Amino acid sequence: MSNHAEELALHPGEIAKPNTRWIWRVFVILVVITAIEFAFAFGMTSPGLRTLRNSIFIVLTILKAFFIVGEFMHLKHETKSLIWTILVPTALLVWLVVALVTEGSYVGEVLSHMFSS
Amino acid sequence: MAHSTTLQPTAAPAAYADAPRTGTWDGGNEPFKASYGKLMMWFFLLSDAFTFGAFLTAYGLIRHKHGVFDPTTQGTFHFSSAWWPTPEKVFNAFPGLHGVDLPLAFVALMTMILIFSSVTMVLAVEAGHRMDKADVQKWLLWTILFGTMFLSSQAWEWSHFIGGHVEPTIMADGTPFFGANLAMNQYGPPLFGDLFFFITGFHGTHVFSGVCLLVWCFIATTNGTFEKRGHYEMIEKIGLYWHFVDLVWVFVFTFFYLV
Repeated sequence: MSNHAEELALHPGEIAKPNTRWIWRVFVILVVITAIEFAFAFGMTSPGLRTLRNSIFIVLTILKAFFIVGEFMHLKHETKSLIWTILVPTALLVWLVVALVTEGSYVGEVLSHMFSS
Repeated sequence: MAHSTTLQPTAAPAAYADAPRTGTWDGGNEPFKASYGKLMMWFFLLSDAFTFGAFLTAYGLIRHKHGVFDPTTQGTFHFSSAWWPTPEKVFNAFPGLHGVDLPLAFVALMTMILIFSSVTMVLAVEAGHRMDKADVQKWLLWTILFGTMFLSSQAWEWSHFIGGHVEPTIMADGTPFFGANLAMNQYGPPLFGDLFFFITGFHGTHVFSGVCLLVWCFIATTNGTFEKRGHYEMIEKIGLYWHFVDLVWVFVFTFFYLV
């Protein structure tokens, strides 16, 4: 997959042959992951497995994000310092999500028991 | 440096002034090996990721604040403002198939359209690397087409959401209510409708801006602007934006429609 930056010696005015196999490969991966998500959405409906199902969704979503950002946006092939510059701040978002979703459950609990002692 | 006490700047030799600034302290270094424009696009996208992250986090907080539908005590699923609606019961319509229950089918189609537009965008960037003007034009047109298709699908989705389901929901005061507005909706708590409009609307605005940029790119490519410039980096930068919009949809799709 790293060979898509290769340059061939060209005569002036000549246009190189398209090198698109890696693009279609990533496309197929994205479609397959989406199909797996749908399989879980309809095959795993029991309320007891809600947390597990949602965790699978989140893992698959991050996997999709990895392919879009890494291959389509080319971040995987940039310098290490640029990769970390982009990835490290997004770690704050993970903290934000975990903190506020927990807070949401707590707010809901407090509101539903406001008038019962 | 001359041992002069005046603050007159010493005139640089002509040869030095014309030379490109390549020294370490002259701005000649590129630690990220990326151009200024591409780097700034990355930083903009990072800040935009925080905006969307804030929206989705707000969605998570508000959703967890509301009750969950429990089939063991509530029976079959029905809309009520007492619990957050199950997405596949809300988004189950398909254009032309009136009254047929097709959970998430239309959203799946929209997702496919957007992923495919991302593929045609990479193909345009790849063609730009090869300085192949005809190919760049072809793939840009495909991307514009898929982007417009996505926007049209979203317009249909919105009008269906606002218009409402065949069966009305009986509100607390006994009146039947169809569809949604910002103050109330038939699917669940009022904030469900608000978050739908806000999150998908903000994403749709991004797609619309992307389509506008792509149309401009197509015109510039046709006019030979990038050919004359010697590189198609502008396509790459707008491509980064376009993939980001696709990326946001991947997250919206998971957290709004699947979870």
